[in-house]
Amino acid sequence: MPDLPSSGAPRVARVPQRVAVFVPCYVDTLFPEAAQAVVVVLERLGVEVAFPRAQTCCGQMHVNTGYQREALAMVRTFVRAFADAEAVVAPSASCVALVRDHYAHLAARSGDAALERAVADVVPRVRELSEFLVDDLGIEDVGASFPHAVTFHPTCHSVRMLHVGDRPRRLLRQVRGLRLMELPRSDQCCGFGGTFAVKNADTSAAMLADKVADVIGSRAEVLVAADNSCLMHIGGGLSRQRTGVRTMHLAEVLASTEGAGA
Amino acid sequence: MSAEGAARVPLPYLQAASAALQDAQQRRNLATATTTIRAKRAAVTEEMPDWEALRAAGAAIKAHTLANLAHYLERLEASVTAAGGRVHWARDAAEANALVRDLVRATGAREVIKVKSMTTDEIGLNRALAEDGVRAIETDLAELIVQLAGEAPSHILVPAIHKNRAEIRALFVRAFGLAPEALSDDPAELAGAARRYLRERFLDTGIAVSGANFAVAETGSVCVVESEGNGRMCTTLPHTLISVMGIEKVLPRWRDLEVFLQLLPRSSTAERMNPYTSVWTGVHEGDGPRAFHLILLDNGRSRTLADEVGRETLRCIRCSACLNVCPVYERVGGHAYGSVYPGPIGAILNPQLRDEPRDEALPYASTLCGACFEVCPVAIDIPRILVELRHRTVERKRERSPLPVPSAEDAAMQLAAGVFSNHRRYEAAQRMARWGQLPFVRQGALRSLPGPLAGWSVVRDLRPLPRQTFREWWRTRTAAERATSADTGGGDDA
Repeated sequence: MPDLPSSGAPRVARVPQRVAVFVPCYVDTLFPEAAQAVVVVLERLGVEVAFPRAQTCCGQMHVNTGYQREALAMVRTFVRAFADAEAVVAPSASCVALVRDHYAHLAARSGDAALERAVADVVPRVRELSEFLVDDLGIEDVGASFPHAVTFHPTCHSVRMLHVGDRPRRLLRQVRGLRLMELPRSDQCCGFGGTFAVKNADTSAAMLADKVADVIGSRAEVLVAADNSCLMHIGGGLSRQRTGVRTMHLAEVLASTEGAGA
Repeated sequence: MSAEGAARVPLPYLQAASAALQDAQQRRNLATATTTIRAKRAAVTEEMPDWEALRAAGAAIKAHTLANLAHYLERLEASVTAAGGRVHWARDAAEANALVRDLVRATGAREVIKVKSMTTDEIGLNRALAEDGVRAIETDLAELIVQLAGEAPSHILVPAIHKNRAEIRALFVRAFGLAPEALSDDPAELAGAARRYLRERFLDTGIAVSGANFAVAETGSVCVVESEGNGRMCTTLPHTLISVMGIEKVLPRWRDLEVFLQLLPRSSTAERMNPYTSVWTGVHEGDGPRAFHLILLDNGRSRTLADEVGRETLRCIRCSACLNVCPVYERVGGHAYGSVYPGPIGAILNPQLRDEPRDEALPYASTLCGACFEVCPVAIDIPRILVELRHRTVERKRERSPLPVPSAEDAAMQLAAGVFSNHRRYEAAQRMARWGQLPFVRQGALRSLPGPLAGWSVVRDLRPLPRQTFREWWRTRTAAERATSADTGGGDDA
């Protein structure tokens, strides 16, 4: 993926902050362009970005599959990596929700008081990308341009665990040239669910089939979401059925300056 | 005629789910039914300005009651007894069934009429009565249909969601001994036939068995809500009324009903108010049953209550809103869960209440999408409990295993945890995966994956790992920046 231009930036609402990005393991490994886009957007807005290399994975797959004991190693890695960060910004609602909803009780259960304190210290500073942009920076127009028909899948964890509401849509509405198409039954789960997609493969496939049909029904060229995990699943179905619909992370659309004349 | 004579042995969840997914007609029926009821429920809850406050009140009353359950159950026993009823305690299904059988036997009755009740389905009461040659007649229309067909209910609220009019007509002709030309498949005619059949039973039968939606400790009142009036008939006409109630259904005060009689119908049938709310307190001379027995059933509830995370499950008022919004229930239907409690609530209730090996698959039958938690009128955090039950399943499998070696999944998870515990190992694994994928890449995508990942590639492609991970990109970028300026850089790299 080519480097996206980070010039032509709009005003910065507040004093630039210094943030650390959390790049979930599967984004780092499979979808680096989404994390690169986060860096582009943040720097364009005047935010100084750090990437603490000690980070690995939040532990969601382990926790959600029942391997809480094993997940503890990842809780420790996470809080150590981000101990000094002013704010932690992540392009995954699902991983942020895991950190926010589960870290405290995992640490409490471990009986390690120091870990409990570290979790209590770090977790309130963790933000999903749209939360950080809209709430912390107070910005909806990030100076992006993307002249395409786009439909947005509000992922379950972003809506029902993080309660991001319409923040991602507000950001998309300010993107030059972007036509936001309605996604029928957008509140329906796509059927990914982590290891659910493998353990309950038939049910997951049935849910995917319905989601793919709805995406096609939206007549969009690009499907956008705030989680690469759901996009990997829906995109895998869109690709297998040769629908021609692309998937992009919200950050990639916000980083785009395609067709921006001035 | 009825299936009460033999207990069914349901297929394991995953097999039953896969089979159900092949049934295109059922999938269409379920999708239509659940989509309709979802929209209705949304409308009648959104119109309430204080819906969230009601949910919070419902959750708080239930949490308080559960925290003081022994106290309120003893108060309920005292109040019911003072009002002329009799209270019995049953530790499990067998004890509850034995109590009902003894009570019925003492009257010499050969038939009992029943109000639709999840709790008596849970304990298999109809089957137990059949062993004594006593016939239990379901009087709720849908329950009657399912019973006459010898099937099991597939939904808490709409037990015959899977049957159509023509099937019901054929069933009634056969069961009621009608001439085929005497009955059409017009819904009003079908209901009329059932009504004529049931009216005779209401008038003839001396014993009724019900469940209970609520019972009030303060007054000793028991409450059943329903739509057809059959419950009212059952609780007023017979000389003896036996109610089987899970111990978690008790409420402290009369005024608490105000909250639940708003929460339940709107969540359940998406009605502002249910047509019939029957409340009775003990017995009264010349009015209603002359004998009233309340059987308080534990059957795994105390064990569930003892659990810090799982106890929230006992707040459930059996409204079935979580079934209707669940994307998994919508696809696989109720029978796959192999229990009278299907859907999300079944996925957390069955593993705790009955704890059979087949229930271990149920907590995994969810994407953790959270739709159930969002609609639950008593705010049960179902996804959180699902995750907790998965944790327990893993731990138990480890304890149970006779071999010192872990299962393949367990071994993979331990290996992954080791990799993720340190970024250098993780980075090495990223490099290895890039090589490891090569045999599987076809025309720019991973189209057929090995081993446990094969389920993924049946319907989905996976794009190959890109040449560079994010962290590799970041390092080259930082190095380039360092080269161009004498700046110290991000200070990110240890």
